[in-house]
Amino acid sequence: MRELTVKAVVENIQTVTEFVDEQLEMLDCPMRAQMQIDVAIDELFSNIAYYAYHPEVGVATVRVEVVEEPLAVIITFIDNGAPYDPLASADPDISLSADERQIGGLGIYMVKKSMDEISYEYQKGQNILRIKKHITE
Amino acid sequence: MKITKTLNGKKLNVALEGRMDTNTAPELEAALKEHMNEIEELNIDMTELEYLSSAGLRVLLGAQKAMNKKGKMTVANVNDTIMEIFEVTGFSDILTIV
Repeated sequence: MRELTVKAVVENIQTVTEFVDEQLEMLDCPMRAQMQIDVAIDELFSNIAYYAYHPEVGVATVRVEVVEEPLAVIITFIDNGAPYDPLASADPDISLSADERQIGGLGIYMVKKSMDEISYEYQKGQNILRIKKHITE
Repeated sequence: MKITKTLNGKKLNVALEGRMDTNTAPELEAALKEHMNEIEELNIDMTELEYLSSAGLRVLLGAQKAMNKKGKMTVANVNDTIMEIFEVTGFSDILTIV
């Protein structure tokens, strides 16, 4: 298990992505899964950066764990900001035309669709969002 | 993300390279804004784009809405990862993917 704690600002998305990618590369993670994970990091970490501590700035911890049989990574995003369950919102209506479309909710929806598991809990003042992705071909 | 713009009369071609995410999507938004008033045709070439997140979808949606009013927009050379994102989000029905 490895973890990284950084200021929850969008400028750190790249730092977090590199931290996770480095571990995925050691596991020979297929490129497609790695890109889906990178997109998930962008969605989840930017949410924390924008909303968790607004208008203050706080920190967030990203933890990466590897589980075997089948090989998978579990990435946990932890912040001490306002309680917010991103899984509580309804999925966006993806059948609407361009002019009727709202962009809200699409990011978390993409994460739900591309990861194998996603869960949220609020515990001891912390938002804990966990994603799991199988990384076998 | 690297953005290469080619303006030919009222037609703008924009080639993207790298990743379109929270930090880079605003660069495309700014690049398009410069030309939005003058163009009638917009093509976004994704040959060298690795992936995009919802921040990128937001910019594409804005561009599509703007072009719906005044001409046409196409998105070209989409890789499998990006195509899957377009399909999951319903953007494959909104965009003209060539």
